[in-house]
Amino acid sequence: MELTRRRFIRIGGAAAGAAAVGSGLATRWWGLDGDAVADPGTDGDRVVPTFCELCFWKCGVLAHVRDGRVTKLTGNPKHPLSRGRLCPRGTGGAGLLYDPDRLKRPMIRREKRGEAVFEEVGWAAALDYTAEKLMKIKEKYGPEAVALYSHGYGGSWFKHLLKAYGSDAIAAPSYAQCRGPREVGWQLTFGAGVGSPEQLDIENSRVLTLIGSHLGENMHNTQVQELAAALDRGAQLVVVDPRFSTAAGKARYWLPIKPGTDIALLLAWMHVIVRDGLHDRAYLDKYAIGLDKLAKHLTDKTPEWAWTETGIPAGTIVETARFIAGGRPASLVHPGRRVVWYGDDTQRTRAIAILNALLGSYARRGGIYVPSQMQLPTYPYAKYGHEPRVPPDSPKDRAYPLADETLASGLCMASIPGTAAYDIKGWLVYGTNLLMAMPQPEKVKEAIQALDFIAVVDVLPAEIAGWADVVLPESTYLERCDEVDNPPYKVPFAAVRQPVVEPMHDSKPGWWIAREIAHRIGLADYFPWKDSLEYAMHRVHSAGISCETMKSDGVVVGKAQPTTIEDGLEPTFATPSGRIELFSQRLADAGFDPMPGYTPPEEPPAGHFRLLFGRSPVHTFGRTTNNRFLGEVASENEVWVNADAAKEQGVAGGDKVVLVNQDGARSQPIRVKATERIRPDCVYMVHGFGHDAKGLKFARNRGADDARLVTRIKVDPIMGGTGMNVNFVRIERA
Amino acid sequence: MPDAKKRYAMVVDTRGCVACKACVLACKAENAVPDGRTRDWLVEEVRGRFPRLAAENRSERCNHCAGAPCVDACPTGASHVAEGGTVQVTRHKCTGCKACMAACPYDARYVHPDGFVDKCTFCLHRAQYGKLPACVEVCPTACLHFGDLSDPGAEVSRLLRERKWKVNHPETGARPNVYFLV
Repeated sequence: MELTRRRFIRIGGAAAGAAAVGSGLATRWWGLDGDAVADPGTDGDRVVPTFCELCFWKCGVLAHVRDGRVTKLTGNPKHPLSRGRLCPRGTGGAGLLYDPDRLKRPMIRREKRGEAVFEEVGWAAALDYTAEKLMKIKEKYGPEAVALYSHGYGGSWFKHLLKAYGSDAIAAPSYAQCRGPREVGWQLTFGAGVGSPEQLDIENSRVLTLIGSHLGENMHNTQVQELAAALDRGAQLVVVDPRFSTAAGKARYWLPIKPGTDIALLLAWMHVIVRDGLHDRAYLDKYAIGLDKLAKHLTDKTPEWAWTETGIPAGTIVETARFIAGGRPASLVHPGRRVVWYGDDTQRTRAIAILNALLGSYARRGGIYVPSQMQLPTYPYAKYGHEPRVPPDSPKDRAYPLADETLASGLCMASIPGTAAYDIKGWLVYGTNLLMAMPQPEKVKEAIQALDFIAVVDVLPAEIAGWADVVLPESTYLERCDEVDNPPYKVPFAAVRQPVVEPMHDSKPGWWIAREIAHRIGLADYFPWKDSLEYAMHRVHSAGISCETMKSDGVVVGKAQPTTIEDGLEPTFATPSGRIELFSQRLADAGFDPMPGYTPPEEPPAGHFRLLFGRSPVHTFGRTTNNRFLGEVASENEVWVNADAAKEQGVAGGDKVVLVNQDGARSQPIRVKATERIRPDCVYMVHGFGHDAKGLKFARNRGADDARLVTRIKVDPIMGGTGMNVNFVRIERA
Repeated sequence: MPDAKKRYAMVVDTRGCVACKACVLACKAENAVPDGRTRDWLVEEVRGRFPRLAAENRSERCNHCAGAPCVDACPTGASHVAEGGTVQVTRHKCTGCKACMAACPYDARYVHPDGFVDKCTFCLHRAQYGKLPACVEVCPTACLHFGDLSDPGAEVSRLLRERKWKVNHPETGARPNVYFLV
């Protein structure tokens, strides 16, 4: 008889067990224990590849399903954005699927808006009501009076619905309240935006400079993977941040800059680089215009001048400028992600773009890469029958000609009658909790009260749902199929989101909801497919990709194209001059500084701190803070206060305090984190906590919401971004 | 009996770790760890005074010590040395007396609601299929490494040869098998 290992262990185990009576000693021998580690039984009897929706990076996920229940989610090794790994949020997706607080049935409002008193109704009643309201607005004001706010991949069906209906008023807070300025700053300089995923070859950088960008806490999976890989290969970080961020903890240089003075530092760095001839002259000669004008502009932006503004010693500015230039062209200055800070954000990100140009890092390995994209023919829809009016997303007396997306904040304000070119009368809100995502939530409420109609399509009863006339409960990403994902990236790829389990409760996928509305308002022709999987597979098939492979792998990766000059790419620039524009005639013509200038920030009033906020790796804004699984490791935020400043304020770590801003707006109680990790002139908190929606039974009253302290904004005159780091708070004991 | 020679170890690269806690959550999902408990955890250590600061992030768990105090302390033999030198708990032999918890220098154990003491297993149920522990597999920074230190060609062996490392609480003499690259 062959003695297998398993059998041997069993025999051995029995013998050891007998000998162990009384002493327990024999079982300590290696390999002699009969009790193998119990299999926890979380491997799926089915494994379904799909992609994540816990944030907007859209990593490939393998969903394990056992007896009809999702047991765990792991990274899809074939997917270029996950490479087999996931961030904590993606790992916790089942916490959303099984959230007991989910919206379960359609509801129609029965009391005043905002009181969150609803009656559960059937789908037919909810959809009939929505259709009737949409038709009324169209009749009375025209279709452009309906706006769609959409954040999330299922929003594509509603965008299509709204365009077919006749409106282009489609926006997400992810633009004017987040990454908008950097897109414009980049376009003005390089003729292309930064994109998402950011087109940054962090993995191959030798020097990575972060301006307030907190990679690692801002947990976009592949980007953090690349950061770690770069560090492993010896890359060095320069981190500019008033707070000792996670990234700062790994940096060669941490520059604890005075908040709001980044442009001064950037200009001084460029001053040193140009003065000392450290820039990539051959690259600039070939690809850029305006170097002479820039050099002249920089003459008085000396390190000594910047020292007094930024608090960073002149010697350190010179040293870091040389260090950054020393890594070129694989020296990358990150454009950041949420960059709406001080209202001059397009100019700041343009300064970052120009600095990258001086380093010759655009279209270079270890710098900014030029992406490629899997080509997927669009679905052969009928043409939209109506040429809509331009969305009224700026005030009557203002325009933001360089904005390249519609402003969510602008559409919101246009809902307050008489303020914009025409009034917005109806809102469809898909997957975005505008009361926490937008600054000045009191104004958002005022806008909502002025509406004829507001419908919310969402998974959870966030604050915004409480203000809806009708609430349409959507299935989570694990229960539905959405549009195919084929973003511009390092390698071209296409990925599919597939239903992992049947929709729970009486929820419906977004495609179904949009199609049912379309059928009721005479737009059935625009939704000719049976379901979204048929739609997705039509696109996949017409691209010549095997639908079977797509379904079994969840992703198909195309052939890598050259993305940098080192790969053989010859870069082109879609700017007016066809070159990198260090000097921007477009900006000059629009009445703005053609090269970034510096304006000193306002000082905090006595006894006040500048309020800064950012992200936790475990959460995506407020949309994940009710996830009990994620809550196991991050269930409430803290306010970071410099240890000495806390002492001066008479508060200690763990104390509960209330933050009161310059306009008297008060936060919910929040615990103090007294720490050496932040300057004494500012405080910091993670965004997304402090829900007050009754339906969010886990997240409610945990931590504080920063949005209600953002009563003041500074609007970026170039593209309409709402600068939000312009509020000051004092600390009161709770 | 080749398995008896194995010496499983984990090597944690503190330089890459961003303390995101994906390891904690992946472990919880993989091992169906009960609510309110975790088998691994993050330590974010910051030293110094503003603005001269240094930070270290460590993903920590049971050290599967070669001279495990928990095994010595266990009166029933539930805590024992198993394959690859790992320390495991036989659930049906555990009476929940917590002697092991008192003995553990790392506070790595908790009482499972079902009455036994539980902790990190190095995902031995996965190792038998050649799969890495769940925390190692998920880690977005790839800062966790798992393998057999008795194999000089293993990645963990190479890392300990080539990089500077330390262990937690070496003074206890427990000879831990979780190593931190610094």
